[in-house]
Amino acid sequence: MKFLTILKVGLKAIARNKMRSALTALGIIIGVACVIAMIGVGKGSQAAIQSQISALGTNFLMVFPGVSTQSGARIFTGESTLTEDDVAAVKAECPSVAYVSPMSRSAGQVVYGNLNWGTSVQGVGVEWPFIRSWNTSDGVFFGDSEVRSASKVCVLGSTVATSLFGDQSPVGATVRIKNFPFRVIGVLETKGGSTVGQDQDDTVVAPYTTVMRLLKGKNKIDMFMASAVSQAAVSQAQTEIESLLRQRHRLMPGQDSDFMIRSQQEIAQTADQTSHTLSLLLASAASISLLVGGIGIMNIMLVSVTERTREIGIRMAIGAKGRDILTQFLVEALTLSVAGGLIGIVLGVGASRFLAWKAHWSIALPPESILLAFGFSAAIGVFFGFYPAQKASRLDPIEALRYE
Amino acid sequence: MVRPAAGAAGVASNPKRSDPAADLHPPPGERSVAAEPVIRTEDLVRVYTMGEVEVRALDGVSLVVGPGEFVAVMGASGSGKSTFMNIIGCLDRPTSGSYSLDGVDVSGLDRDARAEIRNGKIGFVFQSFNLLARTTALENVELPLIYASNGHVAADRAARAMRCLADVGLSGREHHLPSQLSGGQQQRVAIARALINDPKLMLADEPTGNLDTKTSEEVMAVFQKLNDQGKTVVLITHEPDIAEYARRIVVFRDGRVVEDRPSEQRRAASAERPTA
Repeated sequence: MKFLTILKVGLKAIARNKMRSALTALGIIIGVACVIAMIGVGKGSQAAIQSQISALGTNFLMVFPGVSTQSGARIFTGESTLTEDDVAAVKAECPSVAYVSPMSRSAGQVVYGNLNWGTSVQGVGVEWPFIRSWNTSDGVFFGDSEVRSASKVCVLGSTVATSLFGDQSPVGATVRIKNFPFRVIGVLETKGGSTVGQDQDDTVVAPYTTVMRLLKGKNKIDMFMASAVSQAAVSQAQTEIESLLRQRHRLMPGQDSDFMIRSQQEIAQTADQTSHTLSLLLASAASISLLVGGIGIMNIMLVSVTERTREIGIRMAIGAKGRDILTQFLVEALTLSVAGGLIGIVLGVGASRFLAWKAHWSIALPPESILLAFGFSAAIGVFFGFYPAQKASRLDPIEALRYE
Repeated sequence: MVRPAAGAAGVASNPKRSDPAADLHPPPGERSVAAEPVIRTEDLVRVYTMGEVEVRALDGVSLVVGPGEFVAVMGASGSGKSTFMNIIGCLDRPTSGSYSLDGVDVSGLDRDARAEIRNGKIGFVFQSFNLLARTTALENVELPLIYASNGHVAADRAARAMRCLADVGLSGREHHLPSQLSGGQQQRVAIARALINDPKLMLADEPTGNLDTKTSEEVMAVFQKLNDQGKTVVLITHEPDIAEYARRIVVFRDGRVVEDRPSEQRRAASAERPTA
């Protein structure tokens, strides 16, 4: 009963200084909104990365060449130690491997008419669409004969297709890549941004033989991709590829491999860690604004205690105890911060939705982050409200009554 | 008992009151202590230390105030009367000596215990009214009940506050803010607030200091009426003619009681109800 009445007294004081209370709460509102939005962005990007990785296929492996040990130092020599025969052998002899695709990467201008577009050119094998689970939305993908004959055919990523052809279908047209004419036979489905924010559709895919020989003037592939028969078989596939390649490369036991196998799971972990660090960074930056909001509450409560010294004196003279005064001011601080917290949550959720809608950011709003922000704002109210409230409760009633 | 000349001229226009009750308040030496005194101080000393200088604001005050008395404490500034009021009002503690309020020694109580005593047994009326601004008369009067340890239901609080406001002649002004009331009315709100807990002791510190003569008279009439109803009132003032409203006058000088006498020519404030 008594507590409720004192609660009412605290609330009335807030209502009396509407502008000041609103501005004080604004500090917390902005802080909480920032924390919610930033956690939303961070968690969202994490979730997006995870979903992209699983869409990418978590069961594929990448085999890079060229790690060699020279005088004890492991370096990436850049020289390809992998051959097309290695790829064929992996496909033929590793039971856990479902598909393989040699890769040869290049980059260059793609020219159509008076339009041109700088992009990456990926040379891949015929099984590449299965590994990446990436089909054509228009036209067809190339087959074995095109790879064998190193045909000048290509499949455009949707970004390249739109840039050069607009709404028209590019299938059948001829584009020039590094001045070589390529016939467009298909367009890939739109895949969207990659884990690191790169536009995956900004690419041109051609037979690896063509890219390797024609565009790069080499006879060796850059690397190859392989997919395991299932997600559970990834590590089994990795072991099989490793032992097969060591055998083919005649490496002694104890000698370092001259190649490197990375699984998508490892990449996923790295990306996950990166985005986790990023969300932490965002959240801590936002927390600082919450902290500043808390200091704002403390500041205004100190002002309030000072200007209401006489009121405190009156209350004490007629029988308010120290803890009654403490409660009154703590209620004020807590109300400001909790009200600010609630509005901040609404604004933060709104801002997140807005970002998701306008900037197409992926946003995740886990309920625990909302609870956390709310709890944090209440804690700030108590923490920053306590000192001024305690100061008020310790005033000497005689001095306080005399205060002008 | 020496009767000083002060106040005699001011009293001339008022009808002198041959108060039958005056017989109940004989000179201090002969006072009977059959009833428990409201205030009993023994050798009260209060020393303030300001830097290295010690100031003895109270220097051995022994005073007994019985129930139903109306005592005016007089003295020039620096005489120790405010320090005395702070101690008997349980706002401060004596450096040495003892103080019993309503038979209970309160000189050693801590802050919270004193707050409880102030809430339950003492009603304060201050010079500057000390009402909460932007708070209605009714809410101001209710205020002590909020802090009462027994707790009161809101409806009960409002009803009691209404009665107290009526007692001081302010019915119909319950929802006025202090800024909408005259000085005299504000002081009567303060008196109503002091009354709400039915205190053993009404303690008025220069209650007319901010009021003109006519309003002062109205306010003093309220105190006299309360005293007639049996309330013990201690009035702190430096104005001799205000002190004359009391039944007994105690004069302080340099922290000691130098004079303690009945108010022989007690002024009676205008008998009619104070007009709002």
